[in-house]
Amino acid sequence: MNWISNYVRPRINSLFSRRETPENLWTKCPECGTMLFHREFEESLHVCTDCEHHMPISPRERFHTLFDGGIFAEIDVPTPVADPLEFKDQKKYPDRMKAAQKNTGEAEAMLVGEGEIGRTPIIAIAQDFRFMGGSMGMYVGNAIIAAATRAVELKRPLVLFSAAGGARMQEGILSLMQMPRTTVAVQMLKEAGLPYIVVLTHPTTGGVTASYAMLGDVQIAEPNALICFAGPRVIQQTIGEKLPEGFQRAEYLLDHGMLDRVTHRKDMKDELVTIVRMLMNTTPRVLGDLPAPSQTPDNTPQVTAQK
Amino acid sequence: MSSYLEFEKPLAEIEAKAAELRAMARASEDDVDIEKEAGALDQKAAGMLAELYSTLTPWRKCQVARHPERPHCQDYINALFTEYTPLAGDRNFADDHAVMGGLARLGGVPVVVLGQEKGNDTKSRIARNFGMARPEGYRKAIRLMDLADRFGLPLITLVDTPGAYPGKGAEERGQSEAIARSTEKCLTIKSPVISVIIGEGGSGGAVAFATANKVMMLEHSIYSVITPEGCASILWKDAEKMREAAEAMRLTAQNLHELGVIDHIIAEPTGGAQRDRDATIAAVGVALDDELKKLMKQAKGDKLMKARRKKFLEIGAKGLAA
Repeated sequence: MNWISNYVRPRINSLFSRRETPENLWTKCPECGTMLFHREFEESLHVCTDCEHHMPISPRERFHTLFDGGIFAEIDVPTPVADPLEFKDQKKYPDRMKAAQKNTGEAEAMLVGEGEIGRTPIIAIAQDFRFMGGSMGMYVGNAIIAAATRAVELKRPLVLFSAAGGARMQEGILSLMQMPRTTVAVQMLKEAGLPYIVVLTHPTTGGVTASYAMLGDVQIAEPNALICFAGPRVIQQTIGEKLPEGFQRAEYLLDHGMLDRVTHRKDMKDELVTIVRMLMNTTPRVLGDLPAPSQTPDNTPQVTAQK
Repeated sequence: MSSYLEFEKPLAEIEAKAAELRAMARASEDDVDIEKEAGALDQKAAGMLAELYSTLTPWRKCQVARHPERPHCQDYINALFTEYTPLAGDRNFADDHAVMGGLARLGGVPVVVLGQEKGNDTKSRIARNFGMARPEGYRKAIRLMDLADRFGLPLITLVDTPGAYPGKGAEERGQSEAIARSTEKCLTIKSPVISVIIGEGGSGGAVAFATANKVMMLEHSIYSVITPEGCASILWKDAEKMREAAEAMRLTAQNLHELGVIDHIIAEPTGGAQRDRDATIAAVGVALDDELKKLMKQAKGDKLMKARRKKFLEIGAKGLAA
């Protein structure tokens, strides 16, 4: 044991690192390297003020900026059986779950909320890429079913923000079964004549795109989001040729007729309000930041959005 | 049987010895009686085969499910259906040869039959793209499913695919959307839908065909969210860990039956479907006939469509404890 390397050096290092700015005050844009101060970063909805790169935003933060006054009620999602396959890879699945829960402070990879956007009552559901890559397992399926059921019950549109690497490997076939399960949820909305708007965010890939994320009445994506079934690396290996620039990015999909729109995050709320109000055949939109609804909407328990 | 799987090597040796012995006896001018010895070898081989196939590990099942001599979609259609009339194209871009299907009769009943075909020699495998469909394949399937729905014909799907094709054009033409719409279509059909997984049930490409009232699997077929190799490279960072991955994924017919993901297992002959193709095809025929009769009795209005949706909503509620 070397006393200097094991004890002294870490102490010295920790002294120096303490002098650096706390990392949570500044965020570095991974695209252009611009340092964004936390207030600026929050105000810009995690979009780089220099290069417009859209960085990940957690479902809770997104809902806080989406719903009027940041107010929404969280909808309960039925908890599925933990570790249904008793799956073992290099780590146990329950251990991976615990780590993800600790990292994110969330129970699982989906958050469902009801509230108003631009005075328009909606149900919103957002996928959390930080939680095991947003992967689709029984919980994600249950969340979408719960959201659709609530939307039908209250006759509200459903807005879904997708972000996922694909299937939850550790739930194996049950992960695959979420493709038909969530499709049933989408059909419930369709048959009730309710709009289902999908906002694809970076990245949305694999089985998620091959089910609920591609079945929206209107398909919107955030700029430069990677949206695909098979990832670029897999395709490159299969065909052995270089892929065109921007391949499988939002703008590329728009050009190929796979999306309706590519919309900047700061314009997303207004756009959703506009579209939803027309599809619901209600009065014209009211734009801008609105305070929380003055009256509690019927049968909506009031909960504040912030953690 | 011409090709043996890796784990069948000891068996191949014994069978080769018996064959050699018999060839020697035939070639020899003297009247040597080797039948006793050869018969003993046969018996030993038969015992070994039964033993091997009653204790297949999940990875071995994957190898059997992918065996090139297993009966394929085309074989089932030829043997079990009459008046088969192939229908082609997605009316949009192309006819995808990885997907075959059309109108046919099963036991006299007009149906729509649909499946993935892997091909059986180099030329046909390339033409069929190894059973990996592109968007036009799923869109052709959707057309045929729609036909079944509008004319009240039962839909029978035979699933055998490593998965959807990962290619540039496939992505550009909306591979994921095509798969999603195919699953969606399966869930809106009012007539009976029956699926049999005859070999590989690979991921989204399989579920797009297998969202059925009754999902059956051949005894040594597999059905999974990703190939074991793919799972191994993601979770173990090493595609060579496919044995471990196959184990963990619960992709065998027996596991999936326990999980309530499939409804029925169709037994294969000892030594797998590739050793007795006719018996396997006949067993699938019996199972299809049986399920079709049962479902046709229940087909009233949108009852079967509702039952199908309910069935899928309830899948997974209990995990392995089911």
